[in-house]
Amino acid sequence: MTTTLGKPAASAPAPAKRRRRARRDGLGLRLYTWLIIAWLMLPIAIMILFGFNDTHSKQNFQWEGFTLRWYQHLFDKGDLTRALWNSVSIALLSTVITTVLGTFVGIALGRFRFRGKGVTNLVLFAAISCPEIVMGSSLLSMFVSLDLPRGYWTVLIAHVMFSISFVAVTVRARVVGLDPKVEEAAKDLGAGPVETFRLVTLPMIMPGVLSGALLAFALSIDDFVITNFTSGSTVTFPLWVYASTRTGTPPQVNVMGTLIFAVGVLLAVVSARRGRRT
Amino acid sequence: MTETQHAPLRDDPGRAEDAVPAIELAGVRKEYHAYGETVAAVQGVDLAIAQGEFFSLLGPSGCGKTTTMRMVAGFEEPTAGEVYLLGESVTGVPANRRDVNMVFQSYALFPHMSVFENVAFGLRRKRTPKAEITERVTEMLRIVDLTGRERRRPSELSGGQQQRVALARALVNRPRALLLDEPLGALDLKLRQAMQVELKRIQREVGITFVYVTHDQGEALTMSDRIAVMNDGLVEQLGTPREIYERPASKFVAGFIGTSNLLAGDAVESGGGTSVLKHGDGGRIEVGREFATGDKVELTVRPEKMQITADEPGDGLCRVHGKVSEVVYLGTSTNYNVTTDGGADVVVFVQNAMNAEDVARRGDTVWLSWEPQHSYVIGSAE
Repeated sequence: MTTTLGKPAASAPAPAKRRRRARRDGLGLRLYTWLIIAWLMLPIAIMILFGFNDTHSKQNFQWEGFTLRWYQHLFDKGDLTRALWNSVSIALLSTVITTVLGTFVGIALGRFRFRGKGVTNLVLFAAISCPEIVMGSSLLSMFVSLDLPRGYWTVLIAHVMFSISFVAVTVRARVVGLDPKVEEAAKDLGAGPVETFRLVTLPMIMPGVLSGALLAFALSIDDFVITNFTSGSTVTFPLWVYASTRTGTPPQVNVMGTLIFAVGVLLAVVSARRGRRT
Repeated sequence: MTETQHAPLRDDPGRAEDAVPAIELAGVRKEYHAYGETVAAVQGVDLAIAQGEFFSLLGPSGCGKTTTMRMVAGFEEPTAGEVYLLGESVTGVPANRRDVNMVFQSYALFPHMSVFENVAFGLRRKRTPKAEITERVTEMLRIVDLTGRERRRPSELSGGQQQRVALARALVNRPRALLLDEPLGALDLKLRQAMQVELKRIQREVGITFVYVTHDQGEALTMSDRIAVMNDGLVEQLGTPREIYERPASKFVAGFIGTSNLLAGDAVESGGGTSVLKHGDGGRIEVGREFATGDKVELTVRPEKMQITADEPGDGLCRVHGKVSEVVYLGTSTNYNVTTDGGADVVVFVQNAMNAEDVARRGDTVWLSWEPQHSYVIGSAE
């Protein structure tokens, strides 16, 4: 068998040409994509930029030069700093509580059949779709009629309440996609129910749990409407910023916004990388 | 290490244990309740599987074979009856405390763990010392030919390799029995055939009882020491592959395993433990059982046991007369479809060993003949 097997086709230049044509054809799409990105990023860019604004007036609307002054004096305004810590601690606490409770709700909904499953689904959906302002006012009337003093704890309860659905829904989606045989395999290999959950179920639904937790944190830290109804005399970061607009918002607010944004981006990147790995 | 490499993996194949079946099922029933109805998936199965045996549960989907296996594994509890592992009843013992392991059809590997960690999972649950875990996992990965893949994730392996990880993960625990639920179902034909040989080799090497659930009769015949053919929640026949193939006990078994020709005839004479049946014009079939004259008897004959000739065969052979309706040339053999004078459609396999030409053509009238011991009565239809 010495017959020639056919020369490889002289196709080397073809891919390059195709790529060039694709680039030309995709021009409209590329333009459109960048426009959307700009539209999304511009407000954030301005927020970050005005955190470096060397302003001397009460308002922070006009660019007056670059400074790191506001980063150095970030915590100079005591009530603003207190408001930020209130927001951060409420966000962290409510994220932890919401993630634990919401994960169990999500697993139950994704895995088991039980009486009241339909109602639970409905309630979760209602909590997501209910207008925030209505939820806020009804929470307020509930707290008033229960005679609960409004403040830090009522805000926390409200935040857990409106973000639990988001965690439950993301976890449920992950659980539904899970092969129940994998858990059976763990049991078969000698793992008890708790070990099976810790070593197999939880790691496998972790991406869902993490994105649920991120959502819960993001929803909590900048919530204004419901917080405004349920906070009593407690001031959170969004409430403080809203109140300050009447007298002039200090650049520290931009700096804090920038830092919260940076932490959010960092968490999102970490979560995306983890997600790709599994 | 090297000395023990080829020794069976069970620590103590003790003499006293040998007589005790690895797995025994006594009157096992499983009922499900759905929509107000009770459905019996398994309706009374008695089985004893010997230690070191390669045992197959064979049957079509919905025959109860998987349910039976899941009751042995501990994922389902029988509605009635008892499951014994090495003579001890395991009723009420959960899956994680039963000394059997399972290989799932979907492999069910842990996607977030490396191959090594997947295989080590069972040993870690038993608090096995670290050094021993490393040694046993490494040895098991050698047996399944996956040395060097310890740090891969399951998603980075091919289907066949994932299959072998699942096998290693179960076998490394040296279970009393290994339960395999259609483990080759997801593989393509070439790989499946290679894995059949591989499974048999591994079973010989580790000396553990294998219980193999499959709907593929070829697979069951190739690998098993014994087969239980299941249908409708019952064991239809239990025997070696040869017994099941050559002497099917029921119409279902005959039809499910390989190709069989179903013939019916009326008993015309009997005596001395045999009967002669009449089938169409000139059809004369001898069977090894006595029937009352006039009884309608059904029997099967395997296609490769039949001879096809133009002239009437000699005395002592069973024969039926018919007409060739189709000739299919298959390279190593030729299939002849023949409609008998008695109205049965039968197939005859003829090996293309010597004959350069077809022994018959379409439309020819021919005689089919076979030795009387190849007739198997599967029932008498009144």
